[in-house]
Amino acid sequence: MATILTADDTATMRQMISFTLSSAGHQVMQASDGTEALALARTRKFDLVIADINMPNMDGISLVKSLRELPDYKFTPILMLTTESQAEKRQEGRSAGATGWIVKPFNPEQLLTIVKKVLG
Amino acid sequence: MAIELRQFHQTFFDESFEGLASMETALLRFEQHPQANRAEDREALHAIFRVVHSIKGGSGTFGFGWIADFSHLLESLLDDLRDGRRTLDRGLVGLLLRSVDSLRNLLEAARSNAPVDKTAVEEVTMALEDLRRHVPDKAAPAASPSTSTDAITHGWRIRFVPKPNLFRTGNDPLRILRELERIGEIKVHCEAGAMPTWRDLDPESCYLGWTIELTTNVTRAELDEVFAWVVDDAQVEIAPLEPSTAASAPDAHAGIKHTMVKLHGTSLRVSTHKVDTLMDVVGELVITQTMLQQTAARFTPAELPRLLTALTQLERNVRELQEGVMSIRLLPLGFLFSRLPRLVRDIGEQLGKRVELRLGGEQTELDKTVIERISDPILHMVRNSMDHGIESPAERRAAGKPEVGTIRIEAQQKGGNVIIELEDDGRGLDYEKIQARAVEQGLLPPNTRLPPEQLHELIFLPGMTTSDTVTDLSGRGVGLDVVRNNIRSIGGNVEVASELGKGARFTIRLPLTLAILDGLGVQVGDQTYILPLVSITESVRLGDEDLERLPDGTEVFALRKDYLPLVRLHDIFGVAPRVREVARGTVVIIEADNFHAGLLVDEILGQQQVVLKSLETHYRRIEGVAAATILGDGTVALILDAGGLIRLAHGRMTPATINAAAIPAGAVPLH
Repeated sequence: MATILTADDTATMRQMISFTLSSAGHQVMQASDGTEALALARTRKFDLVIADINMPNMDGISLVKSLRELPDYKFTPILMLTTESQAEKRQEGRSAGATGWIVKPFNPEQLLTIVKKVLG
Repeated sequence: MAIELRQFHQTFFDESFEGLASMETALLRFEQHPQANRAEDREALHAIFRVVHSIKGGSGTFGFGWIADFSHLLESLLDDLRDGRRTLDRGLVGLLLRSVDSLRNLLEAARSNAPVDKTAVEEVTMALEDLRRHVPDKAAPAASPSTSTDAITHGWRIRFVPKPNLFRTGNDPLRILRELERIGEIKVHCEAGAMPTWRDLDPESCYLGWTIELTTNVTRAELDEVFAWVVDDAQVEIAPLEPSTAASAPDAHAGIKHTMVKLHGTSLRVSTHKVDTLMDVVGELVITQTMLQQTAARFTPAELPRLLTALTQLERNVRELQEGVMSIRLLPLGFLFSRLPRLVRDIGEQLGKRVELRLGGEQTELDKTVIERISDPILHMVRNSMDHGIESPAERRAAGKPEVGTIRIEAQQKGGNVIIELEDDGRGLDYEKIQARAVEQGLLPPNTRLPPEQLHELIFLPGMTTSDTVTDLSGRGVGLDVVRNNIRSIGGNVEVASELGKGARFTIRLPLTLAILDGLGVQVGDQTYILPLVSITESVRLGDEDLERLPDGTEVFALRKDYLPLVRLHDIFGVAPRVREVARGTVVIIEADNFHAGLLVDEILGQQQVVLKSLETHYRRIEGVAAATILGDGTVALILDAGGLIRLAHGRMTPATINAAAIPAGAVPLH
């Protein structure tokens, strides 16, 4: 099973993601903003990163950019959490190097489907 | 796998309310300092946006449709602000504050499954919609692009040629092919024409392309989904294999429903640090236990030092465990204080008064129950200060004071107590008027002159109001007497000091926790009683010759310049004492509300911490008794209430009622 890093400033979202993925057998670590996520990412190699766009200190886009600069994360799947209304943000994220996105609101099943898709 | 979403509701609500509180604080700061630091303001605006965004995301996930819609509307407005399409003015801050209220109401309603005040929310919704309509340079929301492409076909022919940089976004063509395989049957042809020679090959680039024949009944929209992440980094051509038109598939997202649950009980958010500390202590406790077990298993008198060491360690562990568990229940007072700026603003607006609120000691921690029980009294006192204390701007100007009044609320921990001071620079208490009013209302006999410290007490009398007119805010009969009673009911007290024309200061003293008490054990006959340490001032030895008897039978004795009543505990509780002569016993001086009394006991046993067990829940309320506790040897002891005992001593209760209330402590059913 995979090691997954999730970054979101909302505890509800973090908990839900973490709980859902953990119950699917993955190992999940949580970060509450981009800075924390980046620091965690440097400590080990995660198989997947799921990051919210809007976060204090370092937002999701900057996190993607910084992660892509790390040799370990050159090809790691990075998914962004976006809402329906954030089409331009999605593009921005893509240009920054994000693999794809998960549209909020989503339910646990949808999340697992997408994660399964990127992890293979 | 079915994952129950309800389990995340509590976190969602806690987090949302917390977010709204900080949003409110930020908005109030905007209002007070409109020309403040630009960068700071921007950061604050972003933080506000994130709060609303999170609420929107959560409520969408949990199916709280109304909250999601409302927060979406609010979010769009905040987005305009953030992007500079709109500026934050006073009116808008007001509307945003009302939006905070609406969201709170909606969340509260969703949490408790209760009806919501629709009109208020709809009013705010309309105001928000109006504003949104008046932004000229905001494009209308784009229509959904997948309207005409939902025809169902036999299958699709797909040409997929990624750009060389596809891998750089963490995407992988293999994943796409696997996905296609999942939704239908595929025939894949690989195009390797773009492959360079070995020497020029960059292993991090993608040179291959594919043509795929997919036999499936998925719609074009669903197929587009598969390529959604790579469509910008690849050439994707999709054509139907054998087109045929049919009704579009029903929306898979419709019909997802969530139910709301009514939540019982309250929850507590605890910092992980505190939990970690507890874990450490429990770990040490286990070690101590092992040590004790081993010592006991091969015990010889020579092992005694080892046993004592282990017991000392156990004592330390238990104390740390106790402190740790207690600290979990402690919350910073900031939780309560954060509500005040909004209150002060709203009341100020209502009364036409301008008040600056200065808060201090927000990080002071108090038991959660104490905070809950103290919050209404404090809100009431702030209201009171603003209504009766702080003058109108004109009055203040005439008195040579700054137009903006100040209310200062500061908390600090002093030993086992937390002191909260609430001070205003208003008109202060007019004792003449208070005394006159007290006489008028029949609370005092005419022509009484009270010393200053008792004049203070007058404002805490039931029915006392100095306000000439009953306003909307206070003076409706819920007075400071209720405030004081509430504070006393949790073992605290409130006092006031004031200077006419300069202001008033209320000092609230609260116990850190309601669960454990520092007490002094005293012995009377075969009974042990616990006196709260906070109400003891000293203990003295008296001779029988020191006692004098008043005409009503009350025994008094002189202590320095005062005469104090003597309370014989054995009389009150109807137990047979070992000593009846004052000279052979000990007199403990207790104090409550500036009144003193001496308690005659057989002897003082010593200081100890006791766990409070409510007598009211197990038996009933008894004057002079605050609670009960279970001592180390398993016997039950009553915890005495100094205030009640002093009231008894001052003869406000007849001995008959006291005796009726007296019960042998051991007979109280407690567990």
